[in-house]
Amino acid sequence: MGTPTTQRTIKLEVFRYRPEEEDEPTFQTYEVPYREDWVVLDALNHIKDTVDGTLSYRWSCRMGVCGSCGMMVNGYPKLTCAAFLRDYYPNAIRVEPLVNFPVERDLVINMDDFMRKLKAVKPWIIRKKEQPLAEGEYRQTPAELAQYKQFSMCINCMLCYSACPVVGREEGFIGPAVLALGQRYNLDSRDQGRAQRQETIFGHEGIWECTFVGECSTVCPKDVDPAGAIQMAKVQGAMEYMKTLLPWGQRS
Amino acid sequence: MKPPLNRNMGSTWWLSRGAYFLIMLRELSAVFIAAYLVFFLICLYKVGQGPEAYGAYLRFLWSPGMILFHLVALAFALLHMVTWFNATPKAVRVWRGEERVPPALMIGPNYAVWAVITAFIIWVVLK
Repeated sequence: MGTPTTQRTIKLEVFRYRPEEEDEPTFQTYEVPYREDWVVLDALNHIKDTVDGTLSYRWSCRMGVCGSCGMMVNGYPKLTCAAFLRDYYPNAIRVEPLVNFPVERDLVINMDDFMRKLKAVKPWIIRKKEQPLAEGEYRQTPAELAQYKQFSMCINCMLCYSACPVVGREEGFIGPAVLALGQRYNLDSRDQGRAQRQETIFGHEGIWECTFVGECSTVCPKDVDPAGAIQMAKVQGAMEYMKTLLPWGQRS
Repeated sequence: MKPPLNRNMGSTWWLSRGAYFLIMLRELSAVFIAAYLVFFLICLYKVGQGPEAYGAYLRFLWSPGMILFHLVALAFALLHMVTWFNATPKAVRVWRGEERVPPALMIGPNYAVWAVITAFIIWVVLK
């Protein structure tokens, strides 16, 4: 087998922002070898290793589990470890940091606000009274597991925050992934913390900000369906409100 | 140290993606449906005023502009209906043990009820 005389290449237009050097971001074009089995993250690693070591971006697992390599690829939020060059070749690929987040440097976004919201929803099992270890685990049937399992697959990649126009317009909006995670625990038969999540999920900056664009579910690499979780919560919240209007209902 | 760079999405974000544009059309559909209802309520009011007022209003409704409006409103109403019908399984999940009832089974009854009500209205109008 002979060596090909000309190596096929593909262009990457990469968002650059170096706060100590420039006030406005720019795009830098890199030409990288084109390989059928390469993903955008492979191309970025090639640039970082052999062309330009100053390029900054986050990544870890390369296999769609860690959720750290999310970026805008040709305007769509994607895990770059799952965005194959062959799906774009021979056109250039534009790589930007996730939108709706402040940019720290190049492709690295600031996720402080996301982390604050994530914590606010208390994404852990809350018990009114913890039972002693000696009494064993909190048991659950497969049917009870099925109720929330889909919403538990979230890897916190934040692609849904970049896909959601409401996140972009309303700074306070708790956002798709966190609301889905709140539902994940509210629907868990072992959990008793619903009241503690009430304000975050059902308050003014929770589910009612959502206008059901549905793009969060379209871009989700784990098929979590945050839009579904939010609409379910809306139905639940509306029903509970209706009950308070009944003469025998409880007003809070 | 500089604070992180904020990139605002701008006012034309809804033109950037087909899915966003379709959502904006869905939201806009409410305006046309509300306008249709206003014309319809005026129609009921005219019925109360007597045959002459009603006849004059019907002639107005049959003017080319109003026919065009009703066609556009119909298109928006269908878009509104189809998008929300298809969204039903997102909001309502029904379980049979560990299995979720397939989304298509959740969407179907909406269309069935719609067909029955439409057939009833057509029957009332034509009889």
